[in-house]
Amino acid sequence: MMRFLTSIFLGAALMAAPAAAQNTPLRIEITEGVIEPLPFAAPDFVPDTPAAAQYATQIARVVAADLTGTGLFREIPANAYISQVSSFDAPVQFADWKAINAQALVTGGVSVSGNTLTVRFRIWDVFSDTELGNGLQFTGTTDGWRRMAHKVADQVYSRITGEGGYFDSRVVFVSESGPKNERRKRLAIMDYDGANVQYLTDSSSIVLAPRFSPAGDRVLYTSYESGTPRIYVLDVGAVQRNVLPTQEGTMSFAPRFSPDGRNVLYSLARGGNTDLYLMDINSGQSRQLTNAPSIETAPSYSPNGSQIVFESDRSGTPQLYIMPANGGEPRKISSGKGRYGTPVWSPRGDLIAFTKQSQGRFHIGVMRTDGSEERLLTASFLDEGPTWAPNGRVIMFTRESPGAEGRATLYSVDITGRNLRPVRTPDGASDPAWSPLQK
Amino acid sequence: MKVSSKLAALGLVLAVAACTNNSPFAAGGGAGGAGANGSVVPGSPSDPRSPAYFQQAVGDRVLFPVNESTLTDAAKTTLQAQADWLLQNTDYAARIEGHADEQGTREYNLALGARRANAAREFLISRGVAGNRITTVSYGKERPIEICSQEACYAKNRRAVTVLVANVTG
Repeated sequence: MMRFLTSIFLGAALMAAPAAAQNTPLRIEITEGVIEPLPFAAPDFVPDTPAAAQYATQIARVVAADLTGTGLFREIPANAYISQVSSFDAPVQFADWKAINAQALVTGGVSVSGNTLTVRFRIWDVFSDTELGNGLQFTGTTDGWRRMAHKVADQVYSRITGEGGYFDSRVVFVSESGPKNERRKRLAIMDYDGANVQYLTDSSSIVLAPRFSPAGDRVLYTSYESGTPRIYVLDVGAVQRNVLPTQEGTMSFAPRFSPDGRNVLYSLARGGNTDLYLMDINSGQSRQLTNAPSIETAPSYSPNGSQIVFESDRSGTPQLYIMPANGGEPRKISSGKGRYGTPVWSPRGDLIAFTKQSQGRFHIGVMRTDGSEERLLTASFLDEGPTWAPNGRVIMFTRESPGAEGRATLYSVDITGRNLRPVRTPDGASDPAWSPLQK
Repeated sequence: MKVSSKLAALGLVLAVAACTNNSPFAAGGGAGGAGANGSVVPGSPSDPRSPAYFQQAVGDRVLFPVNESTLTDAAKTTLQAQADWLLQNTDYAARIEGHADEQGTREYNLALGARRANAAREFLISRGVAGNRITTVSYGKERPIEICSQEACYAKNRRAVTVLVANVTG
């Protein structure tokens, strides 16, 4: 679907830049809970040819939007600039950027040849008078210009925070329309920031909870297409779907890929009882992982595939448990008052995000994998279904408003509970799943 | 109720379409109520063999307390009447649809709806209805009939609805 090739010349620095000073002040520690965003400037990139002009401006705008969207950065508006950047290779006038307190500066050049777009950029630590890392160059197609902008922003974010980036990623979700008692749902995919929405199914049957494969090329989801909930696997590029085998008289739902992409972990309800199963996606053979009269659902793998976190009401209320990936004795990790659900293991392995229902409110929270240090990040009438950004620092989830006019929307929040913000979608939206970082 | 009636009506149409000919429930189905001369209009709520009668007079649904799937005394009374009706009207099979209110996660509510539908199914089987005449499906919180976010609505949404379909088990 997206023909897009990006070459990254990591080794080939654009010029021999002086080594960054050891005492660089240009650093954000995300886990500290940043209060004051870091001021930066991202002047329009410099076009090499007239055909590159529109991209040069738009790419700088997307880079700036990515950075400010994190809440960690604050853009200094162009009308405050003293210097203009008229050539990508001209020396940076550090004094002019210091004067307006731009601690970081992103400069870039754009050239277009046919439908090939090349973006060069540098990141400057203004108060150290140095370049931060080396300049890079990305090449792709013109219709992939937003992805190139996201890649530039990922580099800026990554070099300043020391964390992996997450802007060059996508989100698959359920697009919702119609009133609450006649809601229509269809699968959709978009860039992480809400751009480039594409629909993957029609709304003739209920679809729920899509999940990306580890490579981001396939999506598992639950559909009522056959009249009963079954699991489908969809090839994102070809937009072709296949139903997974099931057993007569059962319902299958809550699927998730194993980290190697070969197996599907899911819930199967038979005779009113829901347990966890594992299916080899090639052979279609399933085996049962839990066998209890309680509800076992919403499973999620640890990043190394050795453990599974899931939700069970074996203690009387839904709580979170971890067990070995092949089954075995589960260990309860949630300990607070309330009902816990939809646990999702962070891609970094350090935290588990979850939904918590307590005293008539819903929260998105995180806890360590041993259940300690529970932190609630949000509170509302109904928040649920967290999904992790590829760097494990931001969570997206569904927020539903109450009442007859109730509507579902997507929100994101970072793991310190800061920077809660809506994600723009054309219609109502629920059940987001964040892709891995694109290659 | 409007929506569920429409769905039930649609179910009836499908059931009719699924059957070949001269089945007892293929007749009528137009305006409800007794005929002008007081006779029973086939297919109307006054026809005790009609799906409309099952839906309205017998009662097609049972309600559940918060987070529970145990049957209340009222639910058992309704299900007993459903069992009696199904035992007498063997042209029909039943699909029991389990539902939850919106308080709860999507996944858990799917599983909870499955429990509720199964509780109703087990009761019907215990009263003599053949298991192969009853299927179940859960809609979790996907298909509320009442849309306010208060207990008055939630109470009606926590339900198991018995939908009649053509009996193809022979």
